[in-house]
Amino acid sequence: MSEAGYPTDLRYHREHDWVRVEGEEAVFGITWYAQDALGEVVYFDAPAVGDALTADASYAELESVKAVSDVIAPVGGEVLEVNDEVVGSPELVNQDPYGRGWLVRVRLADPAQVDTLMDHAAYEAYLSGLAG
Amino acid sequence: MEALRRTSLHPRHAQAGARFGGFAGWEMPLHYGSPREEHMAVRRAAGLFDVSHMGQLEVSGPDARAFLAHALTNDITAVGPGQGQYTLMLDDDGGVVDDLIAYALLDRFLLVVNAANVAACAARLQALALGREVQVADRTHEVAMLALQGPGWEAALRPLVATPAPLTLEYFEVTEDAVAGVPALVARTGYTGEPGVEMLVPWSQAPRVWDALTRGADGATPAGLVARDTLRTEMGYPLYGQELTAERTPVEAGLRWACDLERARFAGAPRLVAQVAEGTPERLCAFVLEEPGIPRPGQAVLAGGSAAGVVTSGTLSPVLEAGIGMAYVRADLAAPDTAIAIDVRGKHKRARVARRPLVDTSPRKG
Repeated sequence: MSEAGYPTDLRYHREHDWVRVEGEEAVFGITWYAQDALGEVVYFDAPAVGDALTADASYAELESVKAVSDVIAPVGGEVLEVNDEVVGSPELVNQDPYGRGWLVRVRLADPAQVDTLMDHAAYEAYLSGLAG
Repeated sequence: MEALRRTSLHPRHAQAGARFGGFAGWEMPLHYGSPREEHMAVRRAAGLFDVSHMGQLEVSGPDARAFLAHALTNDITAVGPGQGQYTLMLDDDGGVVDDLIAYALLDRFLLVVNAANVAACAARLQALALGREVQVADRTHEVAMLALQGPGWEAALRPLVATPAPLTLEYFEVTEDAVAGVPALVARTGYTGEPGVEMLVPWSQAPRVWDALTRGADGATPAGLVARDTLRTEMGYPLYGQELTAERTPVEAGLRWACDLERARFAGAPRLVAQVAEGTPERLCAFVLEEPGIPRPGQAVLAGGSAAGVVTSGTLSPVLEAGIGMAYVRADLAAPDTAIAIDVRGKHKRARVARRPLVDTSPRKG
């Protein structure tokens, strides 16, 4: 299992998804908080390359032994690539949620949407609000 | 809401990094980080479970044996002191009140029942006991229970027992001994399909037994309720509340072998006798998904495109690396190798009915 943490170079969605913007493209994943709440991930039901993702809507499912969790698209876009390594080894989401545990790469529908997301400080403040 | 009860091992679990969850009014360890690794530890080496939440009901008195022959489905009269037996308690219509293990001791019987059903079992026994010379006592809060399971059970237990007796028990035998200096009732039983023992010890002394069994190179891996559930699902063992309910009888659940239908003197027997004669519309079966996905309880079973049953348990098998489960299906579909499909949140996943156990552990049973 990984250590708790929220990298400063990512943006965060309130449903515990992160975005790493790389020009017109972006990489999506779930946060440390999300993987910890879900427990050991055993199955990634991935979208197909070419799927159009809508901000705030479910685009995939992650399952632990006991639970199914919808994965929410933090912003809209078109799927360019699915992380097949996570399809084969879903536990990477727990082991390295911001690295090898990334889920999809997308072409952003509207890069300005990223501005609606939280930075790491706002997300951490949001998490402490949930805990309280 | 009432606060969750804790077992005497709760501090040990917290120390080991357990993630807790509520189960039948108890705060129990779900896992200690990786349910899959705990599962595989039980299949390959040895795991240790805290199952102190399970109920212990003691039945004694001159009429105890005859009484239990009426209250329980299996033939208790065939069980001598030092033996245990898998059996069920039914309501008058043959619906399942609980499944349990009845142990015959020298001067009494001990019934180990599901945590959620302690009150229901006690009430049912009290009702059936009216006018008989039997006493029923609930020992749940005095007795802690640990399950040591897996091919390495003997190596973990050997250095700790007072006599060799616990190591030479036959399947379902029970003996009084001591483990790590703590008086223990040791039974050669379990819920994982692996060889191993279940140990009943005084509530407050369980931590000493836990520490001794998890120490050293041959020590067992702490395992939580999630692994316990995936292990029993691989074996196709039914679980009360999922496969077994008041709406189902042991005949539908495939547990006829645990019912003495020859004498049929137990409460609820007439319905079962009728079902055996007439057949039942549905039967419990186990199945394996033939494509990626995880079936979940409540999902529909499909055959030829139409509804043909319901999933009662579903998970990912760590050993088979496939979705597995159990389901009540139309009786004509319950035979092994029958092609079915499971409606996994709108996706129809191909599945095949399979013989139980889904994972073969027989070479290790010994």
